[in-house]
Amino acid sequence: MKWEPVIGIEVHVELDTASKMFCGCRVSFGDPPNTNVCPVCLALPGSLPVPNREAIERIIRLGLALNCGINPGSVFHRKNYYYADLPKNYQISQFDIPVCVDGWLDVESDRKAFRVGIERVHMEEDTGKSVHVGEGGRIHTAAETLVDFNRAGTPLVEIVSRPDLTSAADARVYAQQLRAVVAETGVSDARMERGSLRFDANVSIRPEGSETLGVKVEVKNMNSFRSLEKAISAEIERQTARRLAGERVVMETRHWDETGGITRGMRTKEGSSDYRYFTEPDLAPMIFDDSWVEAARSTLPELPGPRRERYQRMGLSPASARVLASSDPDLRRLFQDAVAAGAAPVQAAHWITGEITASLRRREASPKDVPLRGRHLAQLTQMVGEERISAGAAREVLEGVITGEGSPSQVARARNLEQISDRVALEGAVEEVLDAHPQAVERYRSGEKKVRGFLVGQVMKVTSGRADPRAVNQILTARLEG
Amino acid sequence: MPIDVDVAHVAGLARLALSPRQLDRYRQELSAILEHASRVQKVDTAGVTPLSHPLMLSNVFRPDEVRPSLDREEVLEMAPESRDGFFLTSPALE
Amino acid sequence: MPSPLLSVVAAGAALRAGETTSVELLASVLSRAEMTESELHCYLNLDREGAMEAARRADEQMARGEERGPLHGIPVAVKDNMCTRGLETTCSSQILAGYHPPYDATAVTRLRQAGAVIVGKTNLDEFAMGSSTENSAYGPTRNPWDTERVPGGSSGGSAAAVATGSAMAALGSDTGGSIRQPAALCGVVGMKPTYGLVSRYGLVAFASSLDQIGPLTRTVADGALVLQAVAGHDPADATSYAGPVPDFSAGLQRGVDGLRVGVVKELDGDGYQAEVSSATDDMLGRLASSGAEVEEVSLPLFDVALSAYYLIAPAECSANLARFDGMRYGLSIKKATAAATMAATRVEGFGPEVIRRILLGTYALSAGYFDAFYGQAQKVRSLLQEEFRNAYQQVDVLVSPTSPTTAFRLGERTQDPLSMYRSDICTIPSNLSGHPAISVPIGLDSKGLPIGFQVMAPALGERVMLTVAAEVERIAGFCALPPPALAPPTEVPL
Ligand SMILES: [Mg+2]
Ligand SMILES: [Zn+2]
Repeated sequence: MKWEPVIGIEVHVELDTASKMFCGCRVSFGDPPNTNVCPVCLALPGSLPVPNREAIERIIRLGLALNCGINPGSVFHRKNYYYADLPKNYQISQFDIPVCVDGWLDVESDRKAFRVGIERVHMEEDTGKSVHVGEGGRIHTAAETLVDFNRAGTPLVEIVSRPDLTSAADARVYAQQLRAVVAETGVSDARMERGSLRFDANVSIRPEGSETLGVKVEVKNMNSFRSLEKAISAEIERQTARRLAGERVVMETRHWDETGGITRGMRTKEGSSDYRYFTEPDLAPMIFDDSWVEAARSTLPELPGPRRERYQRMGLSPASARVLASSDPDLRRLFQDAVAAGAAPVQAAHWITGEITASLRRREASPKDVPLRGRHLAQLTQMVGEERISAGAAREVLEGVITGEGSPSQVARARNLEQISDRVALEGAVEEVLDAHPQAVERYRSGEKKVRGFLVGQVMKVTSGRADPRAVNQILTARLEG
Repeated sequence: MPIDVDVAHVAGLARLALSPRQLDRYRQELSAILEHASRVQKVDTAGVTPLSHPLMLSNVFRPDEVRPSLDREEVLEMAPESRDGFFLTSPALE
Repeated sequence: MPSPLLSVVAAGAALRAGETTSVELLASVLSRAEMTESELHCYLNLDREGAMEAARRADEQMARGEERGPLHGIPVAVKDNMCTRGLETTCSSQILAGYHPPYDATAVTRLRQAGAVIVGKTNLDEFAMGSSTENSAYGPTRNPWDTERVPGGSSGGSAAAVATGSAMAALGSDTGGSIRQPAALCGVVGMKPTYGLVSRYGLVAFASSLDQIGPLTRTVADGALVLQAVAGHDPADATSYAGPVPDFSAGLQRGVDGLRVGVVKELDGDGYQAEVSSATDDMLGRLASSGAEVEEVSLPLFDVALSAYYLIAPAECSANLARFDGMRYGLSIKKATAAATMAATRVEGFGPEVIRRILLGTYALSAGYFDAFYGQAQKVRSLLQEEFRNAYQQVDVLVSPTSPTTAFRLGERTQDPLSMYRSDICTIPSNLSGHPAISVPIGLDSKGLPIGFQVMAPALGERVMLTVAAEVERIAGFCALPPPALAPPTEVPL
């Protein structure tokens, strides 16, 4: 029997609002420990939460970007569990009436395009951060734990996908493209290295073709797209091996061990599955009328999916559209400016996703660090189209523009890169070459036609590559055959 | 009808390290109280929306404005133990 | 020296007339405390120095003509489940022994802004869970009318302090009757305002959807003044009422002529002390003579209100008290792991009633039992609120005894939680509905113990409630009686 994986992804996104979800403490990464804390986020006796309106506006925006419906009414619940970095020992979260429900994300990779259902997007708050120290720093051998509550109460959005993913690679692409949406909507800095986005995977396997879902295992602790993919692969392998050996898969939460390359079972928390959700009595229900939702919709930027489609309508290939659609906003602005200045979209995209991206990467520069503008790119593609410069020369011209030597035509002139299409000058060069290589001329005339290529090459050489190859061919043909 | 409560399980959920003697006492007391409380089950509540808030409030928010946090010295003075600006606890194993 | 038994209204008048000073008023209640505390134990913490400083400041302000209102210079006590910056706040629990909050509760801030002098923190049942103040980790408070008896609870310290004159007014909190029932048992006026009228910010939460801060005073008029000072919208409490606050003192003289008064049929009969029932009936007759239309009203769900309450309140408390875990503040019993530290700290730090309710609430919320217990109780609550609404279509206020009995003996109900819980049978419905209710003393039983009369009103119906309460007070003529169990206050030099 063959086994197929079924994967769902839960993503936690920290919003970068100015203040926390339920108190006025600053949301800030990297501040000295316990400097952004107050009675509310430390859960001092008597303190009460008041929700941050901006966080709610942002979750609505994100939900709309993920094609979700916004519930007309939504409530907060308390999710009860004890942990040292959870100050109240309950998390204010949402249970049966989240802010956003039933959306989707259209994902496209170089291999395929697919749609991933979004079950829900809900609002909650982050925990503090624990540092486990002593005896190797590993969680199972820690001698003590240091806790910093600066992060506690940071607005956190949880995005729960439907179990629509069927491979670790697909899960990775989904996660990456979801991150792009989060970044585009501006609700979060979306910085992986800061933990602004965190991924958990629900993995199960079932006999190929089966409709029922297998026993689900939750895998946690992946901090990059790569480790997400590796962890899911490892978990699929582990479950498949168990099933093939006739063993059961048990429902549990497992930790990804990056160095070991395996998932590890966690010590079962007593009763961890019984969160005793109930309506948060300290918070009033939220009611989202149409005007609120429409106002949020009007603030939505263009998202990668629709943008990809727009680029394709402009004539870009799917691959090129995909790369450009998810590239740096400044590069996309360069593209739009170049097209507006008259560049053919396909050519502009070709240069931007190819040579320009590579050049910037070599310099470790971002587009706005260099003087390259849309009109420059338009001129460059025009010069190539009109054969005023060769493809090779164009790369050099581009470098000149990027380093600030001026417009493409100024660079081409200054660096002497414009093509020689002047008949007289080219005829002179051809004569020079024919004189220098009498044996080659002889061989050509006796029928060895491929020698022509050699002769063309020699002409290009004496003109430092600036000769227009088509004109050279014409002149050579006339001289050799005539 | 007496209600039998798995007090050890409930105490685990509530993070209470009760002794066997305490467990036994609370089992009996809870049973009696719950028997009384279960009278709510006799009320016909079909189609009734549960009431979680006595006031009909909605959409109570605060603006996204930073307010002063507490002074860290004052915060850590309350802590059972602290080190280098952190709260210090026994290992928080999962 | 002025009498410590002055009403807030009278003391304020004397202050403004220059006949006394805030320092003198404070000295008077402090000397009363000196005399009574060893026996009554109303206070967990008398802040003599802080209070004296505040009284001096109040006098200076008064001398400069900066009068802050009717509470200016008045010595007021605060129940010890409200945070006071820098002043120990324990909720009568070991788990908060030595805890000094870094902030003031909003109600406390407003008292200070009104110029009130905070005398100290009063005793209560641990985390306000109880009806006798016997569940205090620091020992019980005794009833000034008979020190072998309880003052009621959980605001027993506040009630006894006002009754005996060791404060001129006090703040309490009422989750199931914790202001009204001790007020009744101690012979003072106790008011639970509409849910949301007074900010809960800084009130250590017991059951968030039921808790409400309110005044304990010697007169109805005093209650209106204290409520006026602390009521009103607070952006720090998302359940705080944002509408306008009326003048609670207006209309106290209006009388009950033409008002419809509904007597709750279910709050009488079995379990009600005969003298309580007859005193209530007597008052009803006299209200009718004053022009009220008195009629009987039936609210059948009152019979299950107690059951619903003992699911909802413990459920909310099980989450609210989860934060007391020995990690960030308060008691901490260090064990090998954080989880073990929490479990040991909580068992050591919480008393039996608190543990009982946490267990009860955890169970009522747990998987498999939620729908039958907590979920069902919330639905009953919804129906009860509807029943109240229907009743208030017929009548302006509902009335009943505040407590089925007068003060009971210490230890009498501690062995049987259910018998203790029944002490709140008359007060709980208004907490479940969020409506205001007040207890007014109307007389003494044959043992010389005070009897309380409860007036309930619809949401934000404080004005009509206070109108009826003032008439009840006038008819009963009770408020001036000093508690006889202790020697009357004597003049003590400053
Ligand atoms: Mg979550
Ligand atoms: Zn905070």
